[in-house]
Amino acid sequence: MRILVAVKRVPITGGRIVLTDDGQAIQTRHLGFTISPHEECGVEEAVRIVEAQGGEVVVLTLGPAEAEEQLRECMAIGADRGIHLVSDEEWDAQATAAALVEAIRAEAPFDLIVFGNESADAGNYQVGIRVAYALGLPIVTGLKGLVVSDGRARAEQETASGRDVYEVGLPAIVTVKEGLNLPRYPSVPAKLRANRKPVAAQAVGRPPSRLQKLRLVVPAGRGKQAEILGRGPEAAPAVVEIMRRLGVA
Amino acid sequence: MTELSSLPPAQAVVIGAGIVGNSLVSHLAELGWTDLVLLDKGPLPNPGGSTGHASNFIFPVDHSKEMTQLTLESMRQYRNAGVFTESGGIEVARTEGRMQELHRRMASAKAWGIDGVRLLTPAEVKELVPYIDESVIVGGFYSPTVGIVDSLRFGTIMRERAQAKGALSVFASTEVVGIDVEQGRVSRVRTTRGELETAVVVVCCGVWSPLVARMAGASIPLTPAVHQMIDVGPVPHFKDTTGVIEFPIVRDMDTNMYERQDGSGLEIGSYAHRPILHDPEDLPSVEAAALSPTEFPFTQEDFTQQLEDALELIPDVLGNEAVGIKYAINGILSLTPDGLPLLGETPEVKGLWSAAAVWVKEGPGVGKSIAEWIVRGESEIDLQSSDIARFYDCQKSREHVRARSAEGFNKTYGIVHPAEQWDSNRNVRLSPFHAREVDLGAVFFETAGWERPHWYESNADLLDEYGDRIARREAEWESRWWSPLINAEHLAMRDRAAMFDLTAFCIFDVTGPGALDAVQRVAMRRLDVAPGKIVYTPVLSPSGTFKSDLTVMRLGDERFRVVTGGAHGMADLKWFRDHLPADGSAQIADLTSAFTTLGLWGPRARDILSSLTSDDVSNESFPFATCRTIELDSLRVLASRISYVGELGWELYVPIEQGAKLWDLVWEAGRPHGVVPAGIGVYGTTGRLEKCYRAFGFELDADYDVIEAGMAWGTVKAPDFVGKDAHVRHRESDPVAVLCTLTVDDHSSKDGTKRYMLGREPVLSKSGEPLVDARDRRSFVTSAGAGPSIGKHILLAYLPPERAVVGEELLVEFMGEHYPVTVATDDSTSVFDPENARVRS
Ligand SMILES: Cc1cc2nc3c(=O)[nH]c(=O)nc-3n(C[C@H](O)[C@H](O)[C@H](O)COP(=O)(O)OP(=O)(O)OC[C@H]3O[C@@H](n4cnc5c(N)ncnc54)[C@H](O)[C@@H]3O)c2cc1C
Ligand SMILES: Cc1cc2nc3c(=O)[nH]c(=O)nc-3n(C[C@H](O)[C@H](O)[C@H](O)COP(=O)(O)OP(=O)(O)OC[C@H]3O[C@@H](n4cnc5c(N)ncnc54)[C@H](O)[C@@H]3O)c2cc1C
Repeated sequence: MRILVAVKRVPITGGRIVLTDDGQAIQTRHLGFTISPHEECGVEEAVRIVEAQGGEVVVLTLGPAEAEEQLRECMAIGADRGIHLVSDEEWDAQATAAALVEAIRAEAPFDLIVFGNESADAGNYQVGIRVAYALGLPIVTGLKGLVVSDGRARAEQETASGRDVYEVGLPAIVTVKEGLNLPRYPSVPAKLRANRKPVAAQAVGRPPSRLQKLRLVVPAGRGKQAEILGRGPEAAPAVVEIMRRLGVA
Repeated sequence: MTELSSLPPAQAVVIGAGIVGNSLVSHLAELGWTDLVLLDKGPLPNPGGSTGHASNFIFPVDHSKEMTQLTLESMRQYRNAGVFTESGGIEVARTEGRMQELHRRMASAKAWGIDGVRLLTPAEVKELVPYIDESVIVGGFYSPTVGIVDSLRFGTIMRERAQAKGALSVFASTEVVGIDVEQGRVSRVRTTRGELETAVVVVCCGVWSPLVARMAGASIPLTPAVHQMIDVGPVPHFKDTTGVIEFPIVRDMDTNMYERQDGSGLEIGSYAHRPILHDPEDLPSVEAAALSPTEFPFTQEDFTQQLEDALELIPDVLGNEAVGIKYAINGILSLTPDGLPLLGETPEVKGLWSAAAVWVKEGPGVGKSIAEWIVRGESEIDLQSSDIARFYDCQKSREHVRARSAEGFNKTYGIVHPAEQWDSNRNVRLSPFHAREVDLGAVFFETAGWERPHWYESNADLLDEYGDRIARREAEWESRWWSPLINAEHLAMRDRAAMFDLTAFCIFDVTGPGALDAVQRVAMRRLDVAPGKIVYTPVLSPSGTFKSDLTVMRLGDERFRVVTGGAHGMADLKWFRDHLPADGSAQIADLTSAFTTLGLWGPRARDILSSLTSDDVSNESFPFATCRTIELDSLRVLASRISYVGELGWELYVPIEQGAKLWDLVWEAGRPHGVVPAGIGVYGTTGRLEKCYRAFGFELDADYDVIEAGMAWGTVKAPDFVGKDAHVRHRESDPVAVLCTLTVDDHSSKDGTKRYMLGREPVLSKSGEPLVDARDRRSFVTSAGAGPSIGKHILLAYLPPERAVVGEELLVEFMGEHYPVTVATDDSTSVFDPENARVRS
């Protein structure tokens, strides 16, 4: 099995989002970077498949030099190598898809190509689909379940009433969602191994963008809020109720 | 929530509800203060400061007595509040050099009265911490009382105690945005929830403290800095443990790391990475912070080597693929230019106090001490090294703070020599003699920013001249930051004469019609002396212990010149300022940068001086302990006949721009008499110790009184002075300890190397038991150094009275071995020239 997972470096936001003065970007001076939870699940899934069936997991990113950190995080989870398309510019979804397609073609063939359902920052919901279209591959989106065997994939989407189950022949593309699995924490040896795994980096030029960003606006939110559920033992039922709602109890 | 503005004026406003602020409000209430207000810009109980993500462990043993006392007091409070969990802790050594350091830890533990510590073999470490690989270590230092605390819970308990007394109002999510100052005093605090009048504001704002102090025009010189920590788990070894911590905390000293159990996980922290400093302005607000304002995103690349190092020490846990890295932060804490806290009233603004750069391990002790200082004017634990008034202006600059903090960071677990010098930001304060000293091969040590020669390489010839009289040091540790040239310069001074650069003295004049009353109030000894007299005097705290010791020259009816050591000078200046009469009848002018001081001492000093002046400098006309202006060649010089090295001679004061000329004159005139340049190695150690002169911060501190220090000469003066009542009481009872001079009888260690104590070593009975006085104070070496003229190594130490007997034989522990010593004097009588014939010749 050869599996490729596409990941994107995004800021970790938690507090109020602060924009740069020109409103063109978010202020990231105090922010860390990561990949989206969807993509983490994608990497974890790919690693599990290869651990069980043999093969190779390649992670691919388009992003600034610092995005190598994210490739190493994926390799600490178990991916074997990284491909880094290096660019400091901001790419729209169409251009991203085109660049990824080119990189994937150069490395083909892959049995399975995994995307997150949507990136954590832009949330365009389209890069995976554009890539599938360009490569002429079947795609199943928004997966919460995936079983790969005998050249086929069984792909499950969560719906309001239950699950839709698809079967698709490989090679195929899937976009996945958080909840697909519970990604592992990298171990110390895995972290250290990741530093020694290969990353092929190559600069890429951005084609003229067909989308123009005017400016970013932070929607008026409620900010951080704390709700006191109660004090002492009386708080317990309220806590249990929240846990139920979150699906952890 | 009530608006702040609706409250009556507060007796004190405490800003910051971290470990320090919470502790402080409780102790202020305990001491009877009411109408206290505690503010924090974040939500409670975890407002987002450093306390919220501390690893919360405490190792009691430190080489600093002050820090150890604060930590022990804090542990006592944590235990009483039921938030302390004892786990034990082990500092492991990977190298022989570190093993030596662990022997010194043993000595410090013994000196400060911490029992139960012991050195462990690698196998013994393994028994206590089964998951470490004992093959990479050579031993360990075990402290059984190490433990962890719940600092957030403790904070809540402390607030609640003050609230239960009805003494405290707490305002969370209330940011201080301004502090008003009227006539040099705090008057009002402005917040996002209104204003409040108060005369006392305490800044307990951790890494934000510089910003808050600046609102009042004061400076709290610290920098926010990163300390990295990760959390791994689940650890199979902890599967069956039920508490948060059951295994000893391990400090891997040589890699600057620690590993401590946290439930099923293991926290791994590091002080090994490059110093990562931030500006206080740069900290995100509570709202904008992704996690908390003091948790910055983890920078993985700074932790790579640390993972390797940790893996090497605990492969059983960290080599396990099932143990994952669950959490990793760049936590933010405070660093200061000398590594010590910033405590006390700021010298810039009355009523504005700092309680910053404090760790969880000292928080409650600092809270108690600051409360005592505010309410009673002094704290039980001497805070002299942490006093925020210690800094000169040049030591508060952003670049200085950053340079020293960066340099100090990687020494957090370092093996730091007691005389170790800083590398960064040197050559800031240069005396007018500096170029001459450089030509003479001076080796400079820094004090208070000043570069001071410690010895001169140009004196190398003296080594031949004095040959065997100079003890060479065989062991590397004692030879570090030392030279036999110090002893050679000492002997040349005793035989001929030596010149000393004393420019680092802090000098200030107290003037005006109220000047006499002002200085009389602060000094223990009489200052109603004739103009031209010099008085050496202790300065006492209200409880009659040492606040300082210094000399005062009466230059006129209404002018007193105070001369004190550079290191503590700024704190002395503040103490005098704080005691000026309220009616404005006396003023203080800081003249430190106006005058330079050249010391000239030795049997030939008078010959040298008289060759430069037609003024009468004979003993009859210019006796000991007097000062006057004389003309040396073309210069008018204030000559002051005292000595800290026990020789005939003078301190010569001139305006700083005339210093070079003064040096040249004395140098040229001195050459026919064999004058040598001599460094602070002589002035501060060998010369002073042969005369058994006490030094502030070594012999003299708040733990001992004047009688114990053997300095209660004469009678108590009539006018009132700070500490008088206590001092009189002390005179009426027998001292509980006596400051003695000891000499070392045999320096040979087991392997035959001769070893020389450097200070802070425990003094033991002949059977090796620590000596403890009736106030539970241990005997330890307060100062140590060579006595080249008497051919012995000299130690000063406070001993219980029954041991303070001339000829008493005792032991001193140094590097894990015991050396025989004998009490040479049991009062201030010196071991060299006990009749003081030389200074009076
Ligand atoms: C309102 C809405 C409803 C939809 N409903 C449906 C539906 O019912 N059925 C359906 O099939 N589809 C639906 N879609 C589309 C589908 O969910 C998404 O288009 C699809 O999952 C792809 O997301 P995206 O890649 O465009 O998102 P993006 O936000 O652009 O990115 C998604 C993924 O692309 C990869 N990626 C992006 N940038 C980079 C980069 N720089 N480097 C490497 N990798 C990168 C990452 O893996 C990332 O997780 C819907 C979309 C929207 C907006
Ligand atoms: C990762 C890490 C691990 C550590 N582990 C340990 C350990 O094991 N043992 C130990 O002893 N120490 C440890 N420390 C150090 C310790 O955390 C800090 O030294 C200590 O918590 C500082 O306490 P504080 O009360 O001075 O400051 P803080 O806890 O930072 O409190 C300051 C408070 O001031 C408030 N404030 C600031 N400005 C304003 C304003 N303008 N208006 C109102 N409020 C304001 C802030 O909101 C904050 O709550 C660790 C530090 C880190 C980073």
